Formats: sequence, structure tokens, C-alpha cells
Amino acid sequence: MLSDYLPIVLLLVIAAGFAAVNLGITHLVGPRKPNPVKLSPYESGVPNIGDARLRFSVKFYLVAMLFIIFDIEVVFLYPWAVVFKDLLAQGTFVFTEMVVFLGVLVLGLAYVWRKGGLEWD
Amino acid sequence: MFEIDWNILLPSLVVAGLVLVVLCVDIIRPDNKGGVSGYLSLLGVGVAIWVSLSLWGRSPTHGLGGMLFLDNYALFFNLIILAGTGLTIFVSTGFLEREEGGRSEYYLLILAATLGMMLMAAGADLIVIFLGIELMSIALYILVGFFRRRTDSNEGSMKYLLLGAFATGFLLYGIALVYGSTGTTNLREIELAVAQGRVYTHPMLLGGVALLIVGFAFKVSAVPFHMWAPDVYQGAPTAITGFMSAGPKAAAFAAFFRVMVASLGDLSGDWSGAIWMLAALTMTVGNLGALSQRNIKRMLAYSSVAHAGYVLVALVAANERGIAGGVFYLLAYAFMNIGAFAVIVALGRKGDENLEISGYAGVGFRHPGIGLAMTLFMVSLAGLPPTAGFFGKFQIFSAAVEAGYIWLTVIGVLNSLVSVYFYLGVVVSMYMRQPVGQAHAVSMTPFARVALLTASLGTLYIGLAPTSLLQMARQTVSALL
Repeated sequence: MLSDYLPIVLLLVIAAGFAAVNLGITHLVGPRKPNPVKLSPYESGVPNIGDARLRFSVKFYLVAMLFIIFDIEVVFLYPWAVVFKDLLAQGTFVFTEMVVFLGVLVLGLAYVWRKGGLEWD
Repeated sequence: MFEIDWNILLPSLVVAGLVLVVLCVDIIRPDNKGGVSGYLSLLGVGVAIWVSLSLWGRSPTHGLGGMLFLDNYALFFNLIILAGTGLTIFVSTGFLEREEGGRSEYYLLILAATLGMMLMAAGADLIVIFLGIELMSIALYILVGFFRRRTDSNEGSMKYLLLGAFATGFLLYGIALVYGSTGTTNLREIELAVAQGRVYTHPMLLGGVALLIVGFAFKVSAVPFHMWAPDVYQGAPTAITGFMSAGPKAAAFAAFFRVMVASLGDLSGDWSGAIWMLAALTMTVGNLGALSQRNIKRMLAYSSVAHAGYVLVALVAANERGIAGGVFYLLAYAFMNIGAFAVIVALGRKGDENLEISGYAGVGFRHPGIGLAMTLFMVSLAGLPPTAGFFGKFQIFSAAVEAGYIWLTVIGVLNSLVSVYFYLGVVVSMYMRQPVGQAHAVSMTPFARVALLTASLGTLYIGLAPTSLLQMARQTVSALL
């Protein structure tokens, strides 16, 4: 049973080894000529204007949460769409099921909308 | 192909529909104060109780791809959970308006938590039980922090969220190990795999069981996984504290009992020692912790820990009488504890919740009805006759003796004796201490009065005429053994 996992272990070992060898070689043979611009976090030539550890508005979290919910919804929709025709031959249950699922989510969206969750200001 | 036995889904479906209806109220009137939602919730909870009662006594089935059970065990827990929810909604009317202005999300969250609890009681698959726990917990995290402007409410919510998420990790890892060793998450198939010895490495299964115990022990606040309980119970809005100590605790025990006894019953030689230790520790630490508390919510939080210990004794016994006794005790506990919190809500005022036990001095004479009710709840929590608490404890301890756990019973009875001191301390404060300061009028809404009356009558009825309810509790046992 455990031998079934041997290819996965081999893959892991080879992937890790490949990365380690490449990093090691660049470390050993690569030329190193540091200067202040090169050592800055963003090597784009534009000077930094401040710390990256800002306080973000809590609104971003709300948007992120809403995004996840409707992102997952699409994840569920894809496999459903793939098998939809085959299952429809056996009855309309496959359709009503998804309508109920989407209906619950639409109610949630309507709730967020009415409560002002989609307004930025 | 898609045959569905709707009866299996019906109780949960009623509550799920109710959640959507209450959501629609908010969509139509976004700035409502929750009055309509409260009435609708009560109506829906009544319908769900009626549905659960009408399904009572059928032969046990399971369905939806083996995901849910429909048996007396699940229905009995539905009744406990719904009774707790209904009483909490009754208590909450007036309380919310007084403290922070009503908000309709409150009822929405309570109903979502209720749906999660019902799924925990009926779940026939570890994944469904996990989903139920999450649905309940996430709603509770928000409800605990519902008083947004109070730091202790926020503190409780944050602690509960962090520790709860951590405990969920244990539970999930336990499920993963059980799946790894038996090849299934379905409770009946796990039972079969264990019985027939189709288990891939025994230590892996035992590790999974141990982690499952940790996860469930957190949810029922058993020592040493109880550290969150006092802070969360103290910080949460008082009505929610009562809610948490009744429904969610009962639901967590429902899943705990079903997983341990029905699926892993053949391994009881391996886990009953661990539960024995948990039960002894939980009873002792809970009662000793409650002894020194001056804040009544904190005292009741430790008392809730201790009561989880008594119910764990029933799980150690794991015989017919023990399970019936544990189930019965959780019903009794729901009534007496929500009643006690209803009194605390009634005696508080806006801006001054009056939570010090010493502040209850003279309440027995100033408000005779409330004093009498509180005395009844305290006597019942202490386990003295003729109340519900006495009869439930009697069932549990006699089951433990029957199963041969004499020492555990001795520890339990000694703990009950200790608990009499701090429960009756409240009564002493109400009747025998000189009141300080002037009397405040107590304003209770008619709904809150109904809640207090129902909880009092329930506590008395279960204590005086337990036969019919005990009969029902006995009929649940066949689902597990």
C-alpha cells in the first residue's frame, strides 16, 4: 500500500534536489557586486517612499470575504455544468438543486447589498 | 437515483427556511430593530418543535447518501436545542433594546447556530458533524462579541475564536486519522470497520480517537480544555451566555456520545479510561473554580464546566441507563440554566448589569417572584430534590454504579456537595443579607416573564413528574447501543 506513494516521494526528492542544486550553483559561481539600489527591497530604480506595514482599511477584508464566497460558488458551478446534460436525462432534480443553491447565495448577496456592504464609502 | 426521504431532512429544513425568511425581513427593511424577526423566529421554532415531535417514535432511518440520521436520539436533542433557542429568544426581547438597541442579525445568528446544532445531533458522517460544529461556532463567535462597544465582549469573542479555531484543528486531524485507518468518515461504516477489524494500523485509529476527544472536549468545555469558558461566558451578552450553556453544549454532547458509543463503542476499553480522567477533573476543577467567584456569570461558567463533568460520567458508564440519564440531564440543564440567566438579565439595568453576587442582597424581598425562581434554579443546579437537577444526577450516578465505576461516583457526589455551597450562596445573599442602596424597579417584558415562568415550571415539572420524559430519553438509547 505504501509503495503506491513511491512516485510521489521520488517527485518530491527530485523537485527539492533540482531547486537546491540550482540555488547552490548560483550561490557558488555567481558574481556579487552589491550597491545601495540593488539592496533595496524593490529593485526597480524608484526610491522607496515608506514602510510597507501600513494599516489597511477594514473594507478590504469585507470585499475579500465576499469574493471568496462567490469564487467558491463558481468552483461548484463548473463540475455541475460539465455533467449537467447527462444528469438532466434522469430528471430535473439536478437543475432545481442548483437553483436552490444559487437562490440561497443570491439572498445573501441581496442582504449584503441592502445593508450597504457593497458601498465603498 | 435522487430519491430523498424528506422526513430525515424536515426538522433541519424548517430551521434553514426560517433563516432565509428572517434574512428576507432584513432585505425588505434593512434598518429594522429586530422585532419582526424575533416573532418570526419564535413561530418557526414552534413549528420545528412540532415537526420534531410528530416524527417521534418512527423506526430509525438514515439517508441523503448516509449523511443524516432520523432517530429518536436526534429528535430528542432537537427538542433540547429548540427549547433552548426558544427560551433564549423570549429572554432576549427587551434585553437587546435595553443594552445596545435591537439589531435583527441577532436572531439570524441564533437561528443559524440552531441549524448547526441540529445537524450535529443528526449527523451520520464525521464531515456533517464537523460542518454542524462550524456553522454553530461561527455564529457563536459573532454573538459573543455582539456588544461591539464593550471591551469584555470583544475580548471574549476573540478568545473564543482563536481557541475554537485551534480546537477545530484537533477535531479535523482526528477525523483525518480515523479516515486514514478505516477508509471512511461515515459513522456506521466506521462501526463496521472496527467491529470486523478492517483497520489499517490500530495506533493510527487510536490517535484519531484521542484527537476527536480533544476536539469534542473543547466544545463541551471539559477540563483541561475549559480555559476559554469563564472569559467567554462573562464577556458574552447575558442572554447569549444562557444560550451557549444549553444548546451548543447539548449538541456537542449529542455528537460526542454518538461518535464514541455508536461508532467507537467496540474500542471503549481504550477510551473509557481517558474519559474517566476527563470527567473526574472536569467535575473537580469546575466546582472548585466556582467556589471563589464573586461575579455570578463567572460562577455559572465554572458551574457549566462542572455540569459537563457530570454528563461525562454518563459517557464513561456508556450503558443504557447512563446514556438515557445523560440525555435527560442535558434537557433538565437547559431549563434550569437558561432560567438562571433570565433572572440575571431581569436584575440588570442599562449600563449596570449588576453581576456581583453581593449585589443580589435583599432581592428575595424586593422582588419575591424573581427571588423564588432563582432559588428554584440554584437548588436544581445544586442537585437537591424535588427539582430536575436532582433527578438527572440520580440517573447518571446510579448508571455509573451499575457499570461498576464506584470511585467516579464518589468523586461526583462529593463534588455535588461542594457545589451546594456556592449555589446556595446566591440564595443566602438574596434572602439573608441586608440590601445595600435603594431598590431599583425591575422591568421585564411579557416575553421575558413567559421565559422565566416556562423555565421555572419546566424545572419543577421535570423534577416532580420525570416519568414521561425519562421514558422518551430511554427510547433514544437504541440509536447508540
